[in-house]
Amino acid sequence: MVRVKLWGSLRALADGEEWVEVEASNFKELLDALAEKYPGLKPQIKRGVSLALDGVIYREAWFTKIGPENEVILMPYMVGG
Amino acid sequence: MAFDAQAERNFKVVGTRVTRPDGIDKVTGKAAYGADVSAPGMLHGRILRSPHAHARIVSIDTSAAKALTGVKAVVTGTDLAQPEDEAFADVAINCLARDKVLYDGHAVAAVAATSKAIAKQAIRLIKVNYEKLPHVTDVDEAMKPDAPVVQEGRALETVPAGMSQNVTTHCQFGHGDLEAGFAKADKIIERSFKTAATHQGYIEPQACMASLGSDGRGEVWCCTQGQYMVRANCAAALGVEESQLRITASEIGGGFGGKTSTFIEPVALALSRKAGKPVKIVMTRDEVLKATGPTISTSMDIKIGMTKDGRITAARGELRYSGGAYPNATVDMGAQAAFAAYDLEAVETVGWNAMTNRPKEIPYRAPGAPTAIYAVESVVDELCQELGLDPLDVRLMNAARKGTRSSYGPTFNEIGLVATLEAAKAHPHYTAPLGPNQGRGLSCGFWFNFGGNTCVSLNINDDGTIGVVEGNPDIGGSRASISMMAAEELGVPYDKVRTVIADTSSLGFNDITDGSRVTFAVGLATIEAARAAIKEMCRRVAKIWDIDEEAVIWEDGCAKPAGPNAGTHPPMTLAEIAAIAGKTGGPIAGHHEVNADGAGVSFGVHLCDTEVDRETGAVKILRYTVFQDAGKAVHPDYVEGQMQGGAVQGIGWALNEEYIYGEDGRLQNAGFLDYRVPVASDLPPIETVILEIPNPGHPYGVRGVGETPIVPPLAAVSNAVSRAAGVRMTELPMSPPRLLKAMTG
Repeated sequence: MVRVKLWGSLRALADGEEWVEVEASNFKELLDALAEKYPGLKPQIKRGVSLALDGVIYREAWFTKIGPENEVILMPYMVGG
Repeated sequence: MAFDAQAERNFKVVGTRVTRPDGIDKVTGKAAYGADVSAPGMLHGRILRSPHAHARIVSIDTSAAKALTGVKAVVTGTDLAQPEDEAFADVAINCLARDKVLYDGHAVAAVAATSKAIAKQAIRLIKVNYEKLPHVTDVDEAMKPDAPVVQEGRALETVPAGMSQNVTTHCQFGHGDLEAGFAKADKIIERSFKTAATHQGYIEPQACMASLGSDGRGEVWCCTQGQYMVRANCAAALGVEESQLRITASEIGGGFGGKTSTFIEPVALALSRKAGKPVKIVMTRDEVLKATGPTISTSMDIKIGMTKDGRITAARGELRYSGGAYPNATVDMGAQAAFAAYDLEAVETVGWNAMTNRPKEIPYRAPGAPTAIYAVESVVDELCQELGLDPLDVRLMNAARKGTRSSYGPTFNEIGLVATLEAAKAHPHYTAPLGPNQGRGLSCGFWFNFGGNTCVSLNINDDGTIGVVEGNPDIGGSRASISMMAAEELGVPYDKVRTVIADTSSLGFNDITDGSRVTFAVGLATIEAARAAIKEMCRRVAKIWDIDEEAVIWEDGCAKPAGPNAGTHPPMTLAEIAAIAGKTGGPIAGHHEVNADGAGVSFGVHLCDTEVDRETGAVKILRYTVFQDAGKAVHPDYVEGQMQGGAVQGIGWALNEEYIYGEDGRLQNAGFLDYRVPVASDLPPIETVILEIPNPGHPYGVRGVGETPIVPPLAAVSNAVSRAAGVRMTELPMSPPRLLKAMTG
């Protein structure tokens, strides 16, 4: 299981939880599992999210390995100028 | 790709100040910008824009314009497709309105004619019947439940029910017990701030020439930060396949985020499709300011608690951003960045975006961060003043560092904030004496940086020179930096490498030039492409020498035998290998395609001294120093240029630049006489101090540097002015009338 921190405004869509646990071994599995467990998150996941893994931010990297030992933080999709 | 395990790597090219490849062309006027492209039979396009802030389009009569001699095509919103994807649809409807105009300057129709004069005359003959609607241009007004609704049904699922339909985005970040944190504070300050929308202020207006035939095949030449983005937007707006459009990016006269969208290219293509001839559109400055994207306007509340010895106990921010007439997520970035410089036990940032009748916001360097950090750093500075504390010592005491749980969630790895603050503290600027009516301001800044989709092709030419093909327009010196990294890796002189920017049909997809990504991500891909070419060259040489591939190493631009059974072959240079490539297996090239991650966050610290004229409210910048962690500075001149440019743009944002709307919702200052950017005579030399703390996510330790420098100036200048004037300023810009009013009550 992987513990994932959701940012505040997503929590209302995930039973009010700040940290949620899902079965996943990579970024894609994590997104799929989140969308299945919390359907309210689907629109945000479809629009795009970033993932911070032990402090390193990934924008779209489905096959990035994730394990229970990692700090996993869901973040909005990064935009720049 | 991780930082190379070469702790003491002795760079030979990287880190030097080589001649920039575009310098001669630019100073001699030879460089070809967007407006410089022409074609036989080319027509001139011109766009009719709304004079109203908000109105329903009842009818458009183009008959008189079409009848004018020399007019070859007229288009309106119905000539563009209606993409299903919301982002593409917003771009298309922003290029040519359909049912409603959403702001003063919104494009309504366009003509193509045989001369500019005829095109200008023709758009005056187009009759648009408008039904004016109530408008709103202020973000706080737009959030009220009874505000005029700019667009219906655009709120995301995260927006609570019952709010104005203008509110499209809600976000919240943070951790810890705020109530307990504030209870520990000896001093709490809560302030509200407002900042005006500002424009990226690039010197070159948007310009393009486009050709689209009846067979659906088209070409566009334009100034842009991303030719692949232009292709996608145009394909969606025209209803054609991307493969049928070839987009070539011209030399670019500044972008700063403002050229990360499209405004005229789909219109030029639509006109060309009707006219059967190439169509060129060059925006005027008035059009650039009215109808391309400025940054957000904001209203913010910040509350911070501090102990009497300077420890921040809790912090909360509420950000209300408006990105104009369309939804956007810039407030997400601002809310995450707001408190990123601090190690906080209790922090919360809440963000909202509300639509207003203003042009569609387009990112501007570090979008969302400068305004949020301006508000936070202003309150930190005021707390330091109130408690009699040194503002730099307080920042050092509270600075985020390795192991800090950031205000936006992740735990920081190696970051350079403390080193940057210590460099500022040790610099003579920080202790230089100040005179009457003078003040010193300080601010930290932060930006995320990112990598993204990148393709690079590196060709070993038969004369031993190198051609690098990349897909990102060079807006900050990337061609030099990319050539330098290729030269470094291959072990050849810099002047043997030439880097060019590919059109969309010549190289795989690349994300736009944004997010401070290019030197990091394209550099990374270039190094990997060079390594692929080196591997192939070693393989060829191994065949020539009839030894194992593993027995050939690459060193100082040569293949050399290595190991006990490699023999004593003389080294073969890259040029020697290239000259016989046809005999050893064919052309030699390296490629790399990646969605790069690991860009590494960036921090900066700015010091600013100002003098306030108490009679006029005018502010003079006396001294300005920028400190920034650049990872490895590939070309220090360009890094310093980014630091200086960001500082200057931030000074303009702080002191003068603003979108001013009248009661009628129309922009009052759409020109550089009334929208005042800083010029050289307004500024002292901007001093720079580069810190080089390697980014673990790049083989040379490179970190993006383009966006962080615009983040601290707003607060650095405001804190300096507030201290000089003896009154805390809470609204930007601090134009002379506004400052005079604050000083005189």
